[in-house]
Amino acid sequence: MKAIDYASPRTLAEAVALLAEGNGQARVLAGGTDVIVQVREGMRDLDLLVDVKNIPEVNELSYDSEQGLVLGAAVPCCQVCEDPEVSAAYPGIIDAASLVGGTAIQNRASLGGNLCNGSPAADTIPPLIVHHAICRIMGPGGQRELPVEQFCAGPGRTVLEPGEILVSFHIPAPSSTFGAHYLRFIPRNEMDIAVVGTGSSVLLDDAGTTFVSGRVALGAVAPTPLLVEEASQLLSGSPVNDETIKRVAAAARRAARPISDIRGTVEQRKHLSAVLTRRTLKKAIARAKGDSA
Amino acid sequence: MSTAVSSTKTHVSTQINAENVEFLCEPRQSLLEALRDVLFLTGTKEGCNNGNCGACSVIMNGRLVNSCVVMAAEAEGAEITTIEGIATNGHLHPLQTSFLENAALQCGICTPGFIVAAKALLDRNPNPSEDEIRLWLAGNLCRCTGYDKIIRAVQDVAGGPNGE
Repeated sequence: MKAIDYASPRTLAEAVALLAEGNGQARVLAGGTDVIVQVREGMRDLDLLVDVKNIPEVNELSYDSEQGLVLGAAVPCCQVCEDPEVSAAYPGIIDAASLVGGTAIQNRASLGGNLCNGSPAADTIPPLIVHHAICRIMGPGGQRELPVEQFCAGPGRTVLEPGEILVSFHIPAPSSTFGAHYLRFIPRNEMDIAVVGTGSSVLLDDAGTTFVSGRVALGAVAPTPLLVEEASQLLSGSPVNDETIKRVAAAARRAARPISDIRGTVEQRKHLSAVLTRRTLKKAIARAKGDSA
Repeated sequence: MSTAVSSTKTHVSTQINAENVEFLCEPRQSLLEALRDVLFLTGTKEGCNNGNCGACSVIMNGRLVNSCVVMAAEAEGAEITTIEGIATNGHLHPLQTSFLENAALQCGICTPGFIVAAKALLDRNPNPSEDEIRLWLAGNLCRCTGYDKIIRAVQDVAGGPNGE
């Protein structure tokens, strides 16, 4: 690996200063499972890694049934998955957090790192989007907030300005008639990168017969993870039945604008977008009705 | 790996295999490089060097990690167990004995990583199912055995005394 410096600040202000001074040649180190490999393999040209694991705000994990979830950007997947309250309240996020890499990767990799890495195929981004997660960002100019679906700018690129750091996600508390699910298609059983990943969420009325609202987000079918706007419009106020699900699945297929590459073709990915939308919606509905599986 | 040398070295105080250790490393070095090239703990192997194969598995603060995707400087204040710390007082750990008795290795490069990973599993779950063993070890790659003998070696120890 090229010569590179390492810093381990204790406060957000110090981290922001180091990143700002780095002028684009400094990058945050959380779990390191992407960034260390990228520096070693010459995919990112950096002078400084800023380890944020000693900064309290970036490592916060707290859930309140009214305030919702504060998920620090550097909290490793294992800690999220092992938290009984978070697992019970957000099974749709656990679906994704529990399948990022193997044991050793989950012990380091964070959802914040997954987002900042900016991969269109990142597993945890579609579920964050359908849970209406908000990014809290700190920078030289102060703090700002941004919905997760607006964070990625292209493959490997985000909207973070030099000196800015993703501090945490803020995710609303799920109401009793909310449900969500994430699925990906891979040609193996485990340990692979999504050909397509799909997150769905629904909010049902008290009778469980009408969608109050809903979201579908797709991964690996565009330069960035994609919120399917048409799906939200179709779900809102529609009856909970196969016809609605079919129309939303067709909308997901239309929204997908994938490329053909080593993992799949355009046609396969468009097809999978519809299939996974149908499957995740059905499971999200079941969860919204109290099926805890 | 290039051999570029940083102008300054980083001092790291850590605990490796229950002994306090201090070392100097270049800031660019991974924990794997520090273990092998600075501390000469060469039982931990370099396989893919990008977090895919698990040959460099160590336990850091109670968690299984790939030491190739941990910076050496991150070891500051940590507790680390490497393959050299698995046997105690010259006696093989039951996992090591079981790997031998089950012929759960051929070329042996992946073996230290598998044993460290299996130890981390049994520390957490002394009686895992076959599915749990296979999923836990899915981040450790072996190109020789076809895995079945490795799984059986871990199963033989699972539910047993684990030598602790």
